[in-house]
Amino acid sequence: MSHYAKRIVITGIGLTAPNGNSLPEYRKNLLAGKAGIQKFQTRYMDEVLAGVCNFDVNKYQTKKETRRGTRAGSISIYCAHEAIKNARIESSKVDKSKIGIYLGITEHGNVETENEIHNIKQFDYDVKFWTHHHNPRTVANNPAGEVSLNMGISGPHYTIGAACAAGNCGIIQGAQMLLLNEVDLALVGGISESIHTFGIFASFKSQGALAFHENPHKACRPFDQKRNGIVVSEGGCIYTLERLEDALKRKAYIYGEVVSHAINSDAVDFVIPFGERQAECMELALFRGGISPEQIDILSSHATATPVGDIQEAKAIKKVFGKSSKTYVNNTKSFIGHTMGAAGALELAGNLPSFEDGLVHPTINLDNLDPECDIPLLVIKTPEKIKQVDYILNNSFGMLGINSVVIVKRYKK
Amino acid sequence: MTKEEIKTSLLDIISEIVPDEDVNNLEGEGAIREQIDLDSMDFLDIIMELRKRYKVEIPEDDYPKLASMNSSVEYLEPLLANK
Repeated sequence: MSHYAKRIVITGIGLTAPNGNSLPEYRKNLLAGKAGIQKFQTRYMDEVLAGVCNFDVNKYQTKKETRRGTRAGSISIYCAHEAIKNARIESSKVDKSKIGIYLGITEHGNVETENEIHNIKQFDYDVKFWTHHHNPRTVANNPAGEVSLNMGISGPHYTIGAACAAGNCGIIQGAQMLLLNEVDLALVGGISESIHTFGIFASFKSQGALAFHENPHKACRPFDQKRNGIVVSEGGCIYTLERLEDALKRKAYIYGEVVSHAINSDAVDFVIPFGERQAECMELALFRGGISPEQIDILSSHATATPVGDIQEAKAIKKVFGKSSKTYVNNTKSFIGHTMGAAGALELAGNLPSFEDGLVHPTINLDNLDPECDIPLLVIKTPEKIKQVDYILNNSFGMLGINSVVIVKRYKK
Repeated sequence: MTKEEIKTSLLDIISEIVPDEDVNNLEGEGAIREQIDLDSMDFLDIIMELRKRYKVEIPEDDYPKLASMNSSVEYLEPLLANK
């Protein structure tokens, strides 16, 4: 039994990833082994590698809105509209004051701040030339606020700053607000515009954690012996979450039921992950949901392809799932890089169609498994067909030692 | 700059700020904000763009003088005479 007092279900998905702008396209590419990483030019640096999204920015936004807002806002608006459309929710029929927008972000404001400093440099740093748009663009609620403005949603909107665990944390926040009856519909998930700030690339490079490979598609190599760091990507994934009773009332399609979650903190280091606490986080989510490790069919790993981080997560997975003969493990970053604030939500989305087709998409670019990452039932290179998927566990961890786990169950009446 | 050049430049600036609008039909006399979707933040963008392009400083007290196309050209003409 879930520890939630009410049943919370996923009824719509809107996303943009470096290898797809809708769930069917994204899923198709994950099953076909098609990555989406390319060479990318960022300010002050030699060419880097990045995952870039190519969704139609003006599908739901005027050109003026795009100009005034942020890339994070545009990604959020696109995903939110796509999710509402996918959920077959007629916006004219819903009370917009009862919709909440809860979006996870790794960071926000760096892009605009860097742009403005670059801009005033050409005016000898005279701040008269600093734009009046800076504050509304850089407030931390900006991505969610742009969705509210664009869609006329007057319920609560804010972002959840949770480093790279943010995608999961957005889902958790929305589920909690539905349980508290704060809202009737929650737009939840995570987004990232991080590739538009040179700082994130430069910082990972200085840390020795920025991936490089002659072939961009092969750059992100979780659990592989030759992994050499993170590929920074942009992206977004927003779900419509509803209480089951509301979803049934409007005969919604149900992708899955969010049945448990956990968030904890390593309390150890700024950047180095700590497998023991990650294991505790997975165990807590399982315990709260009354679920045994053997019941989890798919574990969507967080691994970012850093030498240290992957080993920590592998240790944690082996500790919790080492005895499970049923739990298949995959990694979506190997296709799309690290979509930062969007990662948790996007990686879960890539797995949800497994409830329908029983296919587990693989981890690609895994040519030589690092013996320290020898997770049992790691799905490598080609999809695994299993009889039935009942539970998916989604890991998402971030800097400053934040760990998050979300468990989604196949919907049953 | 001549009056015509100032007008052309203004239209160019406005069209960048409100790219969804057709600025070619802007009438000279009526308030710009009543003819196209241009709010106070957009107006500040016009002031900023004039500052960037022509190093023109427009005091806040003079903002009402930029209400219409004609009054804007009239106001800017002496300021841009040597540009």
